[in-house]
Amino acid sequence: MKLTLKIWRQNDAKAKGKMMEYHLNDVSPDMSFLEMLDVLNQDLIDKDEEPIAFDHDCREGICGMCSMFINGRAHGPDREITVCQLHMRSFKDGDTITIEPWRAKAFPIIKDLIVDRSAFDRIQQAGGFISVNTSGNTQDANNILIAKDAADTAMDAATCIGCGACVASCKNSSAMLFVGAKVSQYALLPQGQVEAVDRVKNMVAQMDLEGFGNCTNTGACEVECPKGISLENIARMNRELVKANMIKF
Amino acid sequence: MSVLDSKVPKGPINDKWTTYKDKINLVNPANKRLIDVIVVGTGLAGGSAAATLAELGYNVKTFCFQDSPRRAHSIAAQGGINAAKNYQGDGDSTYRLFYDTVKGGDYRSREANVHRLAEVSVNIIDQCVAQGVPFARDYGGLLDNRSFGGVLVSRTFYAKGQTGQQLLLGAYSAMNRQIGRGKIKPYNRHEMLDVVIVDGKARGIIARNLVTGEIERHSAHAVVLGTGGYGNAFYLSTYAMGSNVTAAWKAHKRGAFFANPCFTQIHPTCIPVSGDHQSKLTLMSESLRNDGRIWVPAKLEDAKAIQEGKLKPTKIAEEDRDYFLERRYPAFGNLVPRDVASRAAKERCDAGFGVNATGEAVYLDFAAAIQRYGKEQAHVKGLDENDAALVTKLGKEMIKSKYGNLFQMYEKIIDENPYETPMMIFPAVHYTMGGIWVDYNLMTTVPGLYAIGEANFSDHGANRLGASALMQGLADGYFVLPYTIGDYLADDIRTGPISIDTPEFDEAENNVRERLDKLINNKGKYSVDHFHKRLGKIMWNKCGMSRNAKDLKEAINEIAALRKEFWEDVKIPGRADEYNEELAKAGRVADFLELGELFAKDALEREESCGGHFREEHQTEEGEAKRRKEFQYVAAWEYKGEPSDAVLHKEDLKYEDIEVKERSYK
Amino acid sequence: MSGFFKSSIGRKYAMALSAFFLIIFLIIHLSVNMTSLFSKDVFNEFSHFMGTNPLVQFAMQPILIFGVVFHFIMGFVLEMKNRSARNVKYVKNTGSANSSWMSRNMLLSGAVVLAFLVLHFIDFWIPEMNVKYIQGDMSGLLSDGDGYRYYEELVHKFENPLRVGAYVLAFVLLALHLLHGFTSAFQSIGATMGRKKTMQNIGKAYSILIPLGFIVIALFHHFNH
Repeated sequence: MKLTLKIWRQNDAKAKGKMMEYHLNDVSPDMSFLEMLDVLNQDLIDKDEEPIAFDHDCREGICGMCSMFINGRAHGPDREITVCQLHMRSFKDGDTITIEPWRAKAFPIIKDLIVDRSAFDRIQQAGGFISVNTSGNTQDANNILIAKDAADTAMDAATCIGCGACVASCKNSSAMLFVGAKVSQYALLPQGQVEAVDRVKNMVAQMDLEGFGNCTNTGACEVECPKGISLENIARMNRELVKANMIKF
Repeated sequence: MSVLDSKVPKGPINDKWTTYKDKINLVNPANKRLIDVIVVGTGLAGGSAAATLAELGYNVKTFCFQDSPRRAHSIAAQGGINAAKNYQGDGDSTYRLFYDTVKGGDYRSREANVHRLAEVSVNIIDQCVAQGVPFARDYGGLLDNRSFGGVLVSRTFYAKGQTGQQLLLGAYSAMNRQIGRGKIKPYNRHEMLDVVIVDGKARGIIARNLVTGEIERHSAHAVVLGTGGYGNAFYLSTYAMGSNVTAAWKAHKRGAFFANPCFTQIHPTCIPVSGDHQSKLTLMSESLRNDGRIWVPAKLEDAKAIQEGKLKPTKIAEEDRDYFLERRYPAFGNLVPRDVASRAAKERCDAGFGVNATGEAVYLDFAAAIQRYGKEQAHVKGLDENDAALVTKLGKEMIKSKYGNLFQMYEKIIDENPYETPMMIFPAVHYTMGGIWVDYNLMTTVPGLYAIGEANFSDHGANRLGASALMQGLADGYFVLPYTIGDYLADDIRTGPISIDTPEFDEAENNVRERLDKLINNKGKYSVDHFHKRLGKIMWNKCGMSRNAKDLKEAINEIAALRKEFWEDVKIPGRADEYNEELAKAGRVADFLELGELFAKDALEREESCGGHFREEHQTEEGEAKRRKEFQYVAAWEYKGEPSDAVLHKEDLKYEDIEVKERSYK
Repeated sequence: MSGFFKSSIGRKYAMALSAFFLIIFLIIHLSVNMTSLFSKDVFNEFSHFMGTNPLVQFAMQPILIFGVVFHFIMGFVLEMKNRSARNVKYVKNTGSANSSWMSRNMLLSGAVVLAFLVLHFIDFWIPEMNVKYIQGDMSGLLSDGDGYRYYEELVHKFENPLRVGAYVLAFVLLALHLLHGFTSAFQSIGATMGRKKTMQNIGKAYSILIPLGFIVIALFHHFNH
């Protein structure tokens, strides 16, 4: 396959970036998208040019490191996958592919397609945990009974890989699916109840502080989420916040 | 006597750990505030250790090369985590878990460490549940278990097919709590490039900020490495792209012995290589072998036709198929342990029976399972068991409910429907049992330098059982290291902060800078990947699933030559004082080029077959692994300059509570 | 609780509450207007009651005005904040692949409806206020004293095809606004019932039927007189 690539290049956080055009002539449909970029980078190195910087690590769709906006969509055209799981057979010979970094004020660019997602870490640090020390003598795991439904729903929320596709695809750069998923995981489990009030308040406050936008329920995040995390998690977070404010205001 | 002192406590195996904990030195809470600990790597082992140390009151700094601790490759573990809870009442016990692990490791692990692992395994589950890890539950609300390879009980706890992810996020949340309290200072997108030794003790590290390229000095009273395995020496593996040996290798160069480097696990069910562009191999869960039958064509001409794309597997008659695992191992069939299954597949492919264009794949066929489940379902539902179309449909539904996500993943990558045509699989490098030598305290041969999780060598011997890696990582991090490190740090309560303005730090930093300068100014002809791929080919072809003296000797020479060529001819664009992935990769590959040679040397020296290490010279008449009593030791290598100069130290392995037996799966 | 309404979610919540209020108001407004299709007298009676009852005039009307203004200002403020959350725009953004046009253009549809409201105020509300509170004529009678004036005024307004066109356009946009807004409001207050099929259908029915009702009234009077 022959491809034309339009890729955002930006040297560092302060530099002014621009779209650059590249051509590849011999792309196999069996390549993954990132392998296609590997080939391009080899070409660039051979030509003494700087390769394109992009985040990637596990290349099997679970670490959440890869993050590209491809042809106007987070993680590209396919559903429920990350960029590393996207294969070139999803494109046609002669296609032009536009590749951009996640765009959000809360995700400043580090270089080219790499953005800084430490805002997500800080939101988690604000309350995304259960305060239990590693003593090894907490109660026996089976003393806590959890209905299968609740456990499964909590697991569905917990499956978030923190890639940021929700923020990237949201027209408001809102992080509510990410935060909602974490709040939901604990809200659904008995272990999470003790700190529920402070958790949701602190996490939402940190989320606002980071400069993410507000949810307007377009549902784009749910569609683009590589793990198919449901919008219901945002509703649950909203409920939790109201509840928290009624208990403690 | 050997220079290696394992420091295994005396006494009966059941009491060793408890008695030992009762007697070691502790640091009082007020003094813990005066002590700094560096943890490199934030996966299951590093993350859990960092969180626990910070809870105890130490000042912790964590380092990881990813943008967040949550991305460490522990996250990719699928199947589950073992624990001797005996919730299923099927006769499990600490001893059984201990026994299975030692036997599964082909009697090359340290008894006392493994027993301790089995003891604390139950605490891990309690701890993780308290933390909010959403393990699978049954309808009564109790924890569910599944069974895994190589054992006779159901002791594996799981969270869908993402157990590693959930456990890592649990450890990450515990870290976050401590980061919020200011007890952990995280340094993400940082790579450790050297250990600093002051007066014979590990007192800090040199790290490079991967965003700015700055070289930083960090001091501490102890340094903990939880930096994972080195399987990426093979270039293609199921490891993450960034997984590397650099931290462990730098520790080795500073005096930490490297143990059993040749013990590598090659997992039988991975998606085969599709072409030269391939960067990474994807694992398909071991659970598939419960229902899939592995085969290749029995006739060479059929295999040829398939390789050329002229024949479809479904067109090959039943009698023309060779179900080679069932043929060779009638008792265990398709469920033989990982090392055995991998080798058998390689043997068939080497003989020319491989089934994809490269000739390096075998079939994993669900057609029989579809029929079996279909008939069963038709019977249960009172439908016609002889209606072929109906049976196939019901069977496919059943398979989908069990393995749907894996089948979907396969289809995404290979673009073939595995419900219609057999899957193609091939073994791939997956885990390294070898690693930095540690004693019972998990301390390396450098005082104050610890290694935990996959980075050390201690618990899995020559072969690791499924669902045991997660167990070891968390055991080390949550429940072992935080105790044992106190014994060492108790002497440091009056030391005060460690200065970074000392000749030792100067020397280490200069070393790092020189090496980076050398790489960046080399301006050679070939990219880093070029060398990494060539190293991978040597490793795979000559140090892979089966090894022999001739190949290994060649590998040693070839790797040494390649290393020389690398330093003469590697080309790295850009600068050292900016984000530069090629430069980071170059440093890692340079270390792989040294480790690879030691790996081959270790494999050459180990004149026996055991677990993942198969020496063609040492096999039975039927082609099975032949273990040798005189090699019942840990090979710990001391750095002396070039890998060829490394000096071997042996730690003899004694089995007092387990009888050493032949492993047979026939 | 003041902290709550300063948070992003709190504002979203307030937005949804004002939306529910307006959704209910639309039903009442349409019900009254619908009577004009069947009976001039009933319409006049209702209008006079609404226009002169002190409770409606001095309690409900200010609340309504506040609701509208609040919904508009809050919507605008949130939109501005949301826009600033992405300081550099994408070169290519295929929003249609993951969200509806309505959901992405609430500000646009809202602004059109607002523009219509201005027209509506000029048409009805300002003359009403003028007649009732400046001229002091609370009788509601036509200048010739021959019955109530409300129906005649209504009919008169719909004579101009341009105005009718504007009304129709505004209500189409209101329908689009509601098609997203109705279920979205449920989601915002944390009620997942907004995502259930039944609720989605009720939302669709409401969003289409209510504006359609207003359009029918406008067209009816335009073509029947």
